[in-house]
Amino acid sequence: MMGPASSLIRSGNPQGAKPYERFLLSPTAWGQLPAALQQETELALLGLWADATQVHACFLHEPSAEAVLASTPAAGWNYAALSPARPGAVRFERMILELWGHRAEGAVDLRPWLDHGRWNLRHPLAAKPIPFAGEAPQPEFLPVEGEGIHQIPVGPIHAGVIEPGHFRFSVQGEVVVRLEQRLGYTHKGTLSLMLGTSPRAAVRYAARLSGDTTVAHSWAFSAAVEAALGVTAPPRALHLRALMLELERIHNHLNDWGFVCNDAAFAFPHARCGFLREGVLRAVAAAFGHRLMMDRVLPGGVAPDIAPRGAEAILAALDAVEAEIPSLMQIYEAHASLQDRVVTTGYLRPDLARAFAAGGHVGRASGRGFDARRLPQNQPYPTLRFDVPLLETSDVDARVRIRVLELSQSIALVRQILASLPAGETMAPLPVRAGEGVAMIEGFRGECLHWIALDDGGIIRGLFPRDPSWLQWPLLEAAIEDNIVADFPLCNKSFNCSYSGVDL
Amino acid sequence: MLWPKLARALFAKPLTDNAPLVPRETIQALGERLAATSRARLGRSLAIREVDSGSCNGCELEVNALQNVAYDLERFGLRFVASPKHADVLLVTGPACLNMREALERALASTPEPRWVVAAGDCAVDGGVFKGSYAVENGIAAVLPVDLLIPGCPPTPAQLLEGLLSLLETEAAKK
Repeated sequence: MMGPASSLIRSGNPQGAKPYERFLLSPTAWGQLPAALQQETELALLGLWADATQVHACFLHEPSAEAVLASTPAAGWNYAALSPARPGAVRFERMILELWGHRAEGAVDLRPWLDHGRWNLRHPLAAKPIPFAGEAPQPEFLPVEGEGIHQIPVGPIHAGVIEPGHFRFSVQGEVVVRLEQRLGYTHKGTLSLMLGTSPRAAVRYAARLSGDTTVAHSWAFSAAVEAALGVTAPPRALHLRALMLELERIHNHLNDWGFVCNDAAFAFPHARCGFLREGVLRAVAAAFGHRLMMDRVLPGGVAPDIAPRGAEAILAALDAVEAEIPSLMQIYEAHASLQDRVVTTGYLRPDLARAFAAGGHVGRASGRGFDARRLPQNQPYPTLRFDVPLLETSDVDARVRIRVLELSQSIALVRQILASLPAGETMAPLPVRAGEGVAMIEGFRGECLHWIALDDGGIIRGLFPRDPSWLQWPLLEAAIEDNIVADFPLCNKSFNCSYSGVDL
Repeated sequence: MLWPKLARALFAKPLTDNAPLVPRETIQALGERLAATSRARLGRSLAIREVDSGSCNGCELEVNALQNVAYDLERFGLRFVASPKHADVLLVTGPACLNMREALERALASTPEPRWVVAAGDCAVDGGVFKGSYAVENGIAAVLPVDLLIPGCPPTPAQLLEGLLSLLETEAAKK
């Protein structure tokens, strides 16, 4: 069943993107999109970005899990904002204005986001960037009204060993009335470095969008390139990618489970999770030669192949993790002081999770079950058995429980993958030709969405890597509302959004 | 049911020694040298403030791993502190994003002397893969006076430990 927005998009001119088509809409047709989206709530906005001449959007039809892309010309005039119909569009529209100079007409919010006035140019990705040499402006925060409200500014440098960003809390007594995030501190100009290079050269940037998600982003980038060029990675490479992706999920989930407990002054689970994670990382280093598996997933396949005794090391490390999950869970559940901190804390309304199309544990703890591993093109997952846990309770506890449930699923997946690892090559040659591709790969935070367009010489002429955190950060602002300031670290760690992944 | 637990505790090896895949001798040797030097120089206390100047978070994962029970940094007299005001060392990761420049300068200004700046990771050394971007300074040295470089993408916990040791040895030799 196609709704009005889906019909409107598919009435556009197909541009040949694979496996999901991209339709070019006239400015008039795009102008009707916000109203059509209001009438078709099951069409979720996954991402919004641009190139020098057009603005592009990616949507997901939730009931069928089918994605579709829409574009409209944006150079020379203002494109119609999608933020009145999809709240997740707000930060994308702010980014598009700063990086490419395209202004969204009727946007909810166009305050500066990534551009803090510290670069020596404006609109760095526009056809002609403008030199800039002014004072950096003071950031503007949304007004907060009420009696006895005070502000707590935090960051960009935080107290822990974490990424930089600024949080502005408006507090009444102990209760957070509003949290506003100001990010962009880790903006490295990554897109500018990737444009105009070959996919083989650019994949190292995909691997460093967010170091904890290096496998998922490298795979999503490589899969988009392979879709654009009509190439399939060899079966052994696909299995090894899935193996690395699950190991990445395991080490991150262990890390965050421990840190959530630590933020509630429960050091023991933190110590155990840290030790188990270290065992996994050392096994990973033995198997793939790098503790985080950076630069192992490449367009065309995987290199190098798994080391001869790598599988044994991995299985031994995971046996240790699996053996300890029940006792750690028992400790987590049996201590009232810990449960008191996590249960009902940081409640995220399920309708908000749906409105923002939140993926990963954030979505799945609030009833939205999308998992990119279920997509038919994401081999080898259609040949593997696994459950996608789903909860409705929507608090810190639910997000922790989703992680723990996923740990067991991922351990089982690793065993299946290693037991059915096909023999053969791990790398397919890449032809040099034009093409356009899209891919979604389920990282530990949710689906990593990559779009790429290659010119006749096989050079990248357009791309966007969308980290799942784009749609989760705004929800952290909502989840902390009416909680006490002291519970913010718990809420924050239960989300664990990426700074670098969205700062680009 | 106390006896089995006591027996287990008596005969179990400490977790810190159970490091199968990292050369144990290296870690132990490093640890001993580090303990001796840091005690001579700083009375067995070196406070480190980690500052991320815009890394991909890979370095942060490994710096955090230094504090897990397998490496247990604090047994060498090294510990992480929450503020540059309490720090002897600024351990800086990332390519020095222009958006972080002012924060870096303020962090240095808040760190009491004597102090050292360690640039950890390929990005901090010279910008790494991000070298040449409009948004970065191509390494920490463009903003802060760097005393030591620890390369790696990201440097492993063992490499970070080795680097901090060499800093202490160099400074002790200067005395």
